[in-house]
Amino acid sequence: MSNIRQSWYEASARERIAALVDPRSFAEFVGPECRETSPHLGIFDLPAQFDDGIVVGAATVDGTPVLIAAQEGRFMGGAFGEVHGAKLTGLLRAAKALGRDVVIAFDTGGVRLQEANAGEIAIAEIMRAIAEVRLDGVRVVGLIGGRAGCYGGGGLIAGCCSTLIVSEQGRISVTGPEVIETNKGVEEFDSRDRALVWRTMGGKHRTLIGGADMFVDDDAAAFRIAATAALARPAKLDAATLAAEQARLERRIARFGDLGDATDIWHALGVDDPKAIPDMPADTFATLAAQYRESADDAR
Amino acid sequence: MEILHFDIAAPVPAGGTRKMALVGVVASGNLEVLVERGDAADRCAIEISTAAHGFRDLWDAVVADFVGRRAAGGLRIAINDGGARPDTVSLRLAQGVRMIEEPEA
Repeated sequence: MSNIRQSWYEASARERIAALVDPRSFAEFVGPECRETSPHLGIFDLPAQFDDGIVVGAATVDGTPVLIAAQEGRFMGGAFGEVHGAKLTGLLRAAKALGRDVVIAFDTGGVRLQEANAGEIAIAEIMRAIAEVRLDGVRVVGLIGGRAGCYGGGGLIAGCCSTLIVSEQGRISVTGPEVIETNKGVEEFDSRDRALVWRTMGGKHRTLIGGADMFVDDDAAAFRIAATAALARPAKLDAATLAAEQARLERRIARFGDLGDATDIWHALGVDDPKAIPDMPADTFATLAAQYRESADDAR
Repeated sequence: MEILHFDIAAPVPAGGTRKMALVGVVASGNLEVLVERGDAADRCAIEISTAAHGFRDLWDAVVADFVGRRAAGGLRIAINDGGARPDTVSLRLAQGVRMIEEPEA
């Protein structure tokens, strides 16, 4: 085994799965040889991909049997189409039938515009499938640190997970920077201001406000260790959990809703020097976050 | 979408026992290559799906070069092309043949 650090951000979907699971434990479902490609892209003269941009299957992580999915952010921005979505829905339904935990490596801009209706339905089906499997006590662990981030319907699905693991590079939101700027103007959000984008939607901010639960370095091994820990956490979803999370979110909007920038929120959380956070190394930040962050109630 | 088929003589049979190998991704300037075992050990069948129309001659040259230089006999190769340059295509084909020769990871 190589000691060279593998960047999660740079890795492909298949490389991420290989980095997460125990060697030779992965069995793919509906693999590329099945050629279950998008029935829509050809209409637009766009090339298909044999796995439709998502790899799903069964594996073990540190000996624990899991079902696992990874989106390929470089194909169509990792966006959800009909087949792509159906593969994840099917995996989650299998998880319910088997009572087996699920790991999802997100890397998505949201719904694929060329098959938007099918993609939107897929998002709804996936969210329902996650709720149903979580009510059975199954964990759904989301990993976010890819180049496409986790946007649109992907952001909604991530919000349904039991635990989210994020790196600094991982961005989580529903509406993306360019869409906000297009609709609300550059004064509202300058999508070309990369520092603004990352401190508003990036992993550090999401960790501090309780939108993500575990912060890791951009290192595939760190994601694997965090996923193993997340799979050992208690799995509980009931009405009380949801009510507590709703109350937390109401408190959060009351507390931070009028603040204009993420650094103002970090200051309000008690961080003395919020401007130092973006340049902070992962381990230093993780220590700081443990002290000051809001914790989600595992319902998000 | 333009679909191109090549079925050409490949003197050197591919090694290894893997059933399938997949390399690359369908992104701008990139492509995915799915390599599987075919029927005849001395033939290589390649199917290309590309949105860049009118480059049959170029594909022909790249494929002939590939089969001449690599152990491609007995392989069935399917390509989804995202507008890759010929050097990228050659690289992915070489990676695909190399991967199917390797033991299962």
